[in-house]
Amino acid sequence: MLSIKNLNVKLEEEDKQILKGVNLEVEAGKVHAIMGPNGSGKSTLSYVLSGKDGYEVTEGSATLEGEDLLELEPEERAAAGLFLAFQYPVEIPGVGNMTFLRTAVNAQRKARGEEEMSAAEFLKVVRAKAKDLKIDADMLKRPVNMGFSGGEKKRNEILQMAMLEPKMCILDETDSGLDVDAMKLVAEGVNALRNEGRGFLVITHYQRLLDHIKPDVVHIMADGRIVKTGGPELALEVENNGYADILAEVA
Amino acid sequence: MADAAEKLTPTEAMIAGLEMPGAGWSKTAREDALARLRAMGLPERRDEYWKFTRPDTLTQPNPLPAAVLGSEEAPLFDEMDRLKVVFVDGVFDADASDDLALEGITIERLATATSDLHWARDLYGSLELNGQDPVERPLASLNTAFATDGVLIHVTGKPSKPVSLIYRHVSETSDAILHHCIKLDAGAELTVLENGPAAARFNKVMEVDVADGAKFHHVRAQGRDHERRAATHIFARLGTESQFKSFTLTVNGVLTRNDCVIELTGDDAIAHVAGACVGDGEFHHDDTVFVTHDAVNCESRQVFKKVLRNGATGVFQGKILVKKDAQKTDGYQISQSLLLDEDSQFLAKPELEIYADDVACSHGSTSGAIDEDALFYLRARGVSHAEATDLLTLAFLAEAVEEIEQEELRDELIERLSSWLQRRSA
Repeated sequence: MLSIKNLNVKLEEEDKQILKGVNLEVEAGKVHAIMGPNGSGKSTLSYVLSGKDGYEVTEGSATLEGEDLLELEPEERAAAGLFLAFQYPVEIPGVGNMTFLRTAVNAQRKARGEEEMSAAEFLKVVRAKAKDLKIDADMLKRPVNMGFSGGEKKRNEILQMAMLEPKMCILDETDSGLDVDAMKLVAEGVNALRNEGRGFLVITHYQRLLDHIKPDVVHIMADGRIVKTGGPELALEVENNGYADILAEVA
Repeated sequence: MADAAEKLTPTEAMIAGLEMPGAGWSKTAREDALARLRAMGLPERRDEYWKFTRPDTLTQPNPLPAAVLGSEEAPLFDEMDRLKVVFVDGVFDADASDDLALEGITIERLATATSDLHWARDLYGSLELNGQDPVERPLASLNTAFATDGVLIHVTGKPSKPVSLIYRHVSETSDAILHHCIKLDAGAELTVLENGPAAARFNKVMEVDVADGAKFHHVRAQGRDHERRAATHIFARLGTESQFKSFTLTVNGVLTRNDCVIELTGDDAIAHVAGACVGDGEFHHDDTVFVTHDAVNCESRQVFKKVLRNGATGVFQGKILVKKDAQKTDGYQISQSLLLDEDSQFLAKPELEIYADDVACSHGSTSGAIDEDALFYLRARGVSHAEATDLLTLAFLAEAVEEIEQEELRDELIERLSSWLQRRSA
């Protein structure tokens, strides 16, 4: 599904290498988790994959089902099936959440040569999915993420994911700023989307999110590289011993 | 003195090309206005409130020609139940207009209102005269002196539908001077709509006298013809517990100067003025607003938003003047521009002048590019760069459109802006 080979990335504005040869294969139907200390390059990886400005790929490749992601505009990557759940969802005054969702759904459908969703059909689908995530009518009506709590913002990300039905989902620290109940709700939303055709890359600092979204594979990232890969037990090891032991071991 | 003589030359040249209509009741007001104009002289670049806008094409004897553009799009407000009053190149068109009779209101043409004891005698030119102090507005005096047509509206009740002033443009060299007088009796209510390209050059004054407890709503759209030049003035006087709400949408016109001069003279009155403008290319748009608080516990609000690209220029000069006894004044002013490229510019001069000691007044002015984080967020969801830009632009303008109280009008303007933006980026 998602194939990253020897990805090297530096900041565009300064001579600072952030990713130093990342290799990663996420298969359809699998959940991969990336853990790692602050500054290891986890969020940069998610931004580079989704096409944010400010980064320069100096070497390597990233493909989604064989399609070169790095050649595409952000909106083309989305239409190709890539979805990034933002660590900090952006507030957009004046743009209604519903308008935003419908514009996004139909823009992607149009880009893929599919028929646009009618207003009535869209409303029906969005209401049902919002209900599962305990997103009320008021949140749908309000401007995108404006006045939303941390938990509401993250639920709104998952609602977008549910509406857009991407092939490959990247969750960037979706657990940050969430209490236990909110995290459960978000995790349930994610788990409901797990299926054979869809890949997940869950980026997190902490093991606790992985109690709810059970990963198949866990990677440890440090200093711009994946330094260790294992099963779910690797996350528990981090939780118990911190990163220091692992980093010492691979050094 | 040499300065004054120099300044009078173009003014006299302009006056020489105009003819004062001979209506009896307005004669004194017109002659007084002409004397004012002669004393002031037409605006020049060195005048305090013309530093950002070149007045020469508005003050030269003959207008520059403006191509008449057709459009397949239905005119704004087309579907609304309204009383249509149509002017073609500044001349009333009876055939295109509705019957002017409507309960709660009398409407007459300025050009044919000849009775010597006309009610408008006390209003015509009087608010314009008030509005000359402390800032001179010679183009308005020119208008009072030489206006050839307009409407005189006396509102005694609450008419069932808005009065819709429609300005059609047919001749490429038309030079129209219209003067409207609107008088709302105590407790009366009226909505006035204005739209249409008007003329190659358009000078318009609207004087609105809002008596105690009366409500006046005004929504206008200045669109269509790219080469139009317009100077418009609104002069309003507000009585106790009255309301005045005006919104202007401007999407075309090479030069537009909109002056709005409001005086709150009765306690507990409310005045809101808002504007949204989209400028593209050769486009200069100037909002000059002057609100005077001269009574207790009044509220005033100015909300102006401009989107500028391809070298367009936006100007905002807004003032709140709070006189000594106007305690408990609540004054608010915001002017913001969204600059879509580095060739466009926004010039703002926000002013507060406060002599009362128990007031709450705030003002702000910002100028910025599109929010890159919001743009990326939208694109990451699959929305194209162009569509995302339109969506954010519309959201920016919507904050001004939201100032319109009537939902139907609000929705229509948002829809129009949305399709206009889409066409532009297509």
